[in-house]
Amino acid sequence: MSLILDHIDKSFESVQALKQVNFEVKEGELFGLIGPDGAGKSTLFRIMASLLIPDSGRCSMLGYDVDKEYRQVRQIIGYMPGRFSLYMDLSVEENLAFYARVFGTTIQENYDLIKDIYEQIAPFKKRLAGRLSGGMKQKLALSCALIHRPRILILDEPTTGVDAVSRREFWDMLKKIQREGITTVVSTPYMDEAELCDRVALIQKGSLLAVADPSALAEGGEKLLYSLRSGKGVYAYLDQIRQLEGCRYAWLFGDELHVTLRSAADDAGVKKVLDSWQDDSLKWESIVPSIEDRFMGLLQEESDADSEMEEGE
Amino acid sequence: MRILLTLLVKEFKQIFRNKVMIPIIFVVPVVQMILLTYAASLEMKGIKMVVVDQDLSQASRLLVSGFSASPFFEIVHSTTSYPEAESRLTGDRADVILHIEHQFEKRLYAEQETDLQLVVNAINTTEAGLINAYCTQIVGEFNTQIRSEWFSLDASLRMSSLDLKPSFWYNPLLDYKIYMFSGILVILVTLIGMLLTALNLVREKEMGTTEQINVTPIRKYQFIMAKLIPFWVIALFELAFGLLVGRLLYDLPMVGSLGLLFLFACVYIVVVLGIGLFLSTISNTQQQLMFVAFFFMITFILMSGVFTPTDSMPQWAQKINLLNPAAYFMRVIRMILLKGSEFRDISREFFSLLVYAVLILILAVTNYRKTT
Repeated sequence: MSLILDHIDKSFESVQALKQVNFEVKEGELFGLIGPDGAGKSTLFRIMASLLIPDSGRCSMLGYDVDKEYRQVRQIIGYMPGRFSLYMDLSVEENLAFYARVFGTTIQENYDLIKDIYEQIAPFKKRLAGRLSGGMKQKLALSCALIHRPRILILDEPTTGVDAVSRREFWDMLKKIQREGITTVVSTPYMDEAELCDRVALIQKGSLLAVADPSALAEGGEKLLYSLRSGKGVYAYLDQIRQLEGCRYAWLFGDELHVTLRSAADDAGVKKVLDSWQDDSLKWESIVPSIEDRFMGLLQEESDADSEMEEGE
Repeated sequence: MRILLTLLVKEFKQIFRNKVMIPIIFVVPVVQMILLTYAASLEMKGIKMVVVDQDLSQASRLLVSGFSASPFFEIVHSTTSYPEAESRLTGDRADVILHIEHQFEKRLYAEQETDLQLVVNAINTTEAGLINAYCTQIVGEFNTQIRSEWFSLDASLRMSSLDLKPSFWYNPLLDYKIYMFSGILVILVTLIGMLLTALNLVREKEMGTTEQINVTPIRKYQFIMAKLIPFWVIALFELAFGLLVGRLLYDLPMVGSLGLLFLFACVYIVVVLGIGLFLSTISNTQQQLMFVAFFFMITFILMSGVFTPTDSMPQWAQKINLLNPAAYFMRVIRMILLKGSEFRDISREFFSLLVYAVLILILAVTNYRKTT
């Protein structure tokens, strides 16, 4: 195992940021941590990067304890923080050379590893990092995190605030890095990126909801998933749908509503009600669930469980 | 060593890439040294005086001529009405009133003594003290003159009593500029060392670059040293630059050894940098830092003895000054430059500062966290 997180707990004053987070990442894997803003992703990543000490639990990288053997850990990991943290007043080239020298290496020595990425920003190598565009900043940050040829790469929301084309390119680069044998852990708030990972962990409010490979996760989810579209917009129907007898959960999904039913038999009942709303543009159909549907389903179950617990108290 | 060198190269690049840095290092000192040295004058010239002469006698005229001949006084108005003079003082059109009463000469002659009233605007106490001193001197001269003219017989007897002829050592011409200049040099070095270091450290905190630095093999002591060394060099350079300017502009005397001065400055700047580092650990933004640093700078400078001698401060203030590094350097720079003091004369200050440097660095480094 490359990375082992063993029942990590972390609290900030009154807020519990991480609750018993427990998973492992295999050697050479591209592992995704998916969750909304504030779920605890960055806290977890800072623990992995030896920047935070968990209240309890252990984190180890290739057998090194992140807390006790942080000096060894820092040699073998490459970390890219969520916020751009390179020197804005140094040029692209100077930043890269600086990090190379700090790790006791040179740009030339590991150039093959960053070649594909660095070549895209090389035309601007004399430009100050502060004057780069968002996508170029990400590429530079990735180059700097890779320059000492780490064995584990930790990327905290690398694609947040980056345009769609750059995001796509970025994931292609991650795939290439993976082929170099580098284990990569990446966090993202975007569901569609989950499918690009070998395995993903879903996190919400500091707790893991599931750890699985993306296709299995989607399949393991809601069987009775339906989509509702309307030319008039579906938002107005959300409350009405939720009040239907057969409706288990319903949520907005882009410009449509996704609805799960309690049983297949409820389908007919729902259709009848829909007809009675006399909206010709309404379209109701059974769909194959995506990973995002699975995530939404898990979230709904989680909040149901929470409210039951609160009622029980 | 490799890491420290890499960090130092980076720091120097960043410092000189900062557009305000070059003016701060070269222009600010020159402006300060020229402006402050002349502006912060301790001499007083052209004190505005209103004379209320109600006697209008030979003696009163002699007295008034003593004032008008002095370079320190400018008689802006003469009157016989005291209320009129008072209104001028109240209206801030005069600094002092000399009031010579009716029958001044008569009483002086008959009773050999009389009164003279001096009303001084004492809003600025230093100024009032100086006016008083100047007046006493002029009146004293008047006394001597009167005695020798009017009572020539026994004048010789009285004259022989005491005649004080001061000789001013180390600054024979009482050139306040030399005194002020050395003081301003201390302020400058303190300002550069303390403020620039602290600002640089807090800026790094604000930019969030430490997040990336922290996952590298860079150790805390390397990081701190790389932050302090550049400003240590710059502050020493600033001192050398200042001395050069002083030599060229004011013919600043350098009686003692410059080597000794720089040896002392090396330690002094470490103390100042340590304070800067400490201030940066207790502030999260440059704005916060400016307020905190401002408080320390003002206190240090005003208590350092740049304007007023520390020996005349109350006991408790002198105790507080033991913690004021600027007070040590202020004393030592003048001792070395003007008096030519040697190491044994300043050894107490030197070793005190050495201890201070060690203590402040321990405090600052333990208080320093790379993470927020």
